[in-house]
Amino acid sequence: METKLYTITVFSENTVGLLGQITIIFTRRAINIETLSVSPSAIKGIHKFTITLFTTEDVVSKVVKQIDKRIDILKAYYNTDEDLVFQEIALYKVATDKLLEKGSMEDLIRRYHIRILEMNSDFVVLQKAGHYDETQHLFDELSETVGVLQFIRSGRVAITKSKVERLSDMLEGIQEKYGDK
Amino acid sequence: MGNKITGAHAFMQSLVQEGVDTIFGYPGGAIMPVFDALYDYDKHINHILTRHEQGATHAAQGYARVSGKVGVCLVTSGPAATNAITGIGDAMLDSTPLVVITGQVGAALLGTDAFQEIDVVGITQPITKWAYQIRRPEDIAWAVARAFYIARSGRPGPVVLDFAKNAQIQEVEFDYKPCTFIRSYIPIPEVQPSQIDAAVALINGAKKPFALVGQGVLLANAEEELKAFLEKGNIPAAWTLLGASAMSTDFPLNKGFLGMHGNVAPNMKTNECDVLIAIGMRFDDRVTGDLKTYAKQAKIIHLDIDAAEIGKNVIPDAPVLGSAKDTLPALTAKLNEAKHTEWIASFEEYVKLEYDKVIQREVYPESGEMTMGEVIHKISEATDNKAVLVTDVGQNQMMAARYFNYSQTRSLVTSGGLGTMGFGIPAAMGAKIGAPDRTVCMFSGDGGFQMTIQELGTIMQEQIGVKMIILNNHFLGMVRQWQEMFFEERYSFTEMLNPDFVAIAKAYRIDGTEVHERAELDAAIADMLKDDKPYLLVVNVEKKGMVFPMIPAGACVTNILLGD
Repeated sequence: METKLYTITVFSENTVGLLGQITIIFTRRAINIETLSVSPSAIKGIHKFTITLFTTEDVVSKVVKQIDKRIDILKAYYNTDEDLVFQEIALYKVATDKLLEKGSMEDLIRRYHIRILEMNSDFVVLQKAGHYDETQHLFDELSETVGVLQFIRSGRVAITKSKVERLSDMLEGIQEKYGDK
Repeated sequence: MGNKITGAHAFMQSLVQEGVDTIFGYPGGAIMPVFDALYDYDKHINHILTRHEQGATHAAQGYARVSGKVGVCLVTSGPAATNAITGIGDAMLDSTPLVVITGQVGAALLGTDAFQEIDVVGITQPITKWAYQIRRPEDIAWAVARAFYIARSGRPGPVVLDFAKNAQIQEVEFDYKPCTFIRSYIPIPEVQPSQIDAAVALINGAKKPFALVGQGVLLANAEEELKAFLEKGNIPAAWTLLGASAMSTDFPLNKGFLGMHGNVAPNMKTNECDVLIAIGMRFDDRVTGDLKTYAKQAKIIHLDIDAAEIGKNVIPDAPVLGSAKDTLPALTAKLNEAKHTEWIASFEEYVKLEYDKVIQREVYPESGEMTMGEVIHKISEATDNKAVLVTDVGQNQMMAARYFNYSQTRSLVTSGGLGTMGFGIPAAMGAKIGAPDRTVCMFSGDGGFQMTIQELGTIMQEQIGVKMIILNNHFLGMVRQWQEMFFEERYSFTEMLNPDFVAIAKAYRIDGTEVHERAELDAAIADMLKDDKPYLLVVNVEKKGMVFPMIPAGACVTNILLGD
């Protein structure tokens, strides 16, 4: 079966130890997590995990079922890149003098849609949002030309293109069907 | 508002509210306030002091498996918690409802490597349905209610409550509400009519349907629903190790035991049927052997309560999600009556083959040394096939599963998934306490018996009337069998010099006898079963007995060795 990048989305209660419960499932099957991003969701008290991994559909479907089975997990599902609008963000710290030596920054900023977050006599912090390839491309170019002092890339955040059931609707449905009357 | 009580008392009252009447436990530093409160609850709760925390967990498992109630363990922190891990893991793999309460150091000391502190929640998260640390007395009622609801509902399993000492001591206003709903957890999925229709269409079109019965039927109390389903469609059925006793042995459509040491007919028929109906079983590797050659000719229907089981090992043509209690009647309602006469008759050829090649010499030997099979068969008959069978792990377990007969449900307690040697003695204690009116026969090898032999002390103190039978071959028999078959008879560390087991039992004031000759066996069994007291029967069986039939690990289910 074909190995490719899958994005798993998990909604959970905000309880202690949830991340551990999720990562254990990956550890057991010896799967590396490529990126991981956790944040509060639009619904108060519910957290959203976005996890990417390289694997086969057979494995990712089983991993998602195992995650979904944990008591405090509300919903887990997986997608491929075609189903998603997704983004990562990267920060690059470069030496100011090296950057100025190179000459004009305009070309770089235009080509990469860079934002400058901080600039002083010692260093400049550049920010680029984009897909992995795009942030990597800028890293490669800066490394070759001026050198990168520090680099950090966030985990992926993603939104599905398809019209999936909203979590709030799902929760209402569960409450109505199974909840205390 | 009510008066304030200590966390320990709030905890006891919570257990009483959940209907707990039996606890298996062992006291220690970080759980002493709870044990102190327990002292006041002796009218409500029978506490059994085991001799090791592993024993407490297996006893709770035995209790839960025969009674259908949640087994409860109460132990202290640190080493007590780690000792309990084997039983917790065993209960996870075998879907046994347990609530295990471990003491923990006070919240202020958490994370400091305090004396007898260990990260219980971290350790148990992968092997529990839910693990939670109670750090404040205000959480006690909520956590206990949730623990019992999670342990017993849906696909049951173990829950760990790690109870910080400060929360046991501090006072709280007690207000108990049972838990009936958790929004992130749907224990019993609703039956989907489209799945029922798809499955029924396959079964009604089948010429050679075959059902596999797992523990899901027992856990759902769906034995009658199973019978109605099988009888209406005249569908022959076989059982997994944990599905034993869901059908009585003499039920005409019961075609025997599946898997590595199962019967020949059901394993062969798995690869001959046209529709395979798996009911509450998880296609374990000991049942399926090589998945690439498993039932490839058949359409597969998989009934299970756990969505994560469906498609995990075998991808079904028709998944049916739900409790067997709901899905079986839904299928039966739409099922056409059928006869399948020829198909059912076709099992007989293999039944005869197995009898001639294996069973006759194992169960009815006329000369030579005693065999495990004949001992088990005789004891089953002597109890009128009504006893609860408890096993340890290994040859004794496979032989017992094969040759014990079942006339009532919930009659086999064994460690199926984890395969825990040492399970037998403590599980039998729990089974007897959970089903006091039934005879409990525990079969063990000489190896496993010595892994939890200290529980003889518990049996002595509580006068638990378990009938323990050691099938003594002076070997770790199953490993020896593999060494003989697959490792050129290189018996690497499997032979054992054993103690005088009967003398040990006598030291614990437990009656017992040792049998060396076939001629002594019947009288010894009669002596063992004459009353309801604990008893140890040691039977010296052939040293190099083998469990056949055998499907080698990872082989095709039809690749059955008969040992001839």
